[in-house]
Amino acid sequence: MIAALILAISLLTLLQFFVSYCHSVIAASRRLELSEQAREISGITSRTVRGDQFKRLVQLLALCPEPGGDSTQVRALSAYFNMLGLVRMALSWAAPSALQWIETERGGCAYVAAVALDRRIKYSRMLMAQQAGH
Amino acid sequence: MLGPVDYLIWITIFLVELFCLVILLKRRAFTQHFTIVLYLLASLATSAGRYLVLAATGFTSNAYAYCYYYSDAVLTIFLFFVVMSFYSHVFSEMGVSKMVRGGAMLLLGGTALISYHMVASSSDRLITRFANELSQNLYFVGVVLTYLLWGAMMKLRENRTRLMQLVLALGVYFSAFAGTYALKNMYPSSFIWQYFQLIAIWLPVSWAYSFIKVPEEARMATARVLAPNQ
Repeated sequence: MIAALILAISLLTLLQFFVSYCHSVIAASRRLELSEQAREISGITSRTVRGDQFKRLVQLLALCPEPGGDSTQVRALSAYFNMLGLVRMALSWAAPSALQWIETERGGCAYVAAVALDRRIKYSRMLMAQQAGH
Repeated sequence: MLGPVDYLIWITIFLVELFCLVILLKRRAFTQHFTIVLYLLASLATSAGRYLVLAATGFTSNAYAYCYYYSDAVLTIFLFFVVMSFYSHVFSEMGVSKMVRGGAMLLLGGTALISYHMVASSSDRLITRFANELSQNLYFVGVVLTYLLWGAMMKLRENRTRLMQLVLALGVYFSAFAGTYALKNMYPSSFIWQYFQLIAIWLPVSWAYSFIKVPEEARMATARVLAPNQ
């Protein structure tokens, strides 16, 4: 009984901490401007990034060498993005007004992926410049 | 007997913790976050110690079970010290950090007493079962303490981005472990439990991320964490 209660409370707090953590990562990344190079490579034209661009950005991320430190965060955001997808499926008929909020959240995830891609592109160029120098 | 996957998980956790420690030392954050350094050192020492006991006595031995669960409890207490240091950071300007630390120590003492009462009143139970319950209780106290801290941070409109991320990462870690131990108590015989240690990677990785990517002076309104698109 106590174990079940602890499990239920822990799941609720886990969800809240995890969502807040993802929000803090998204909010911190929103302050960073995307470079023209990253926009060009990822095909982003407007200032905001749409949620449906997330998967493509993650695929592009997988092609770039990692400077270290952000792969777990991208995985955590992928989990959050997928969780939002499930919520969208569940709420699409019950609460259509929530869909706009979900789409904005998914856009936030995509923006973080774009910032990570930008960082990796800069790192790749630096590596190439170093190799050319040798 | 441990397989290659178990050793891989073990080595990964060890290396990630070492990486986080190096990052902390490199960023010269060890005086400000001394308790995190202490926890990471304790965790690295524990991993090495567990390996030595495992090599000497075997995976199924009582000695290893004692070593594993009690070192886990000790590590959780080190994490309580980390939580207390976060409380000190948050309440530093209010001058009530001593009271908060006193309260947290009382809570920790209370958990130890309740756990001792559980042992005393059920001496016929398996040691691993008791250790599971102790870990579950300790992690759950960690969840409560972190949740209260996060609530206080929201109320006080704490705006230090790095501190927010460190606290939230700890909250995710405590909640995940408390939930997993509770599930393990409900279904103790599943084979999957030997892999749940993978969750341990979360804490050093997310802390290392915060120290690498978020500068100390970065500030963020708490409202943006509650609703980032504002």
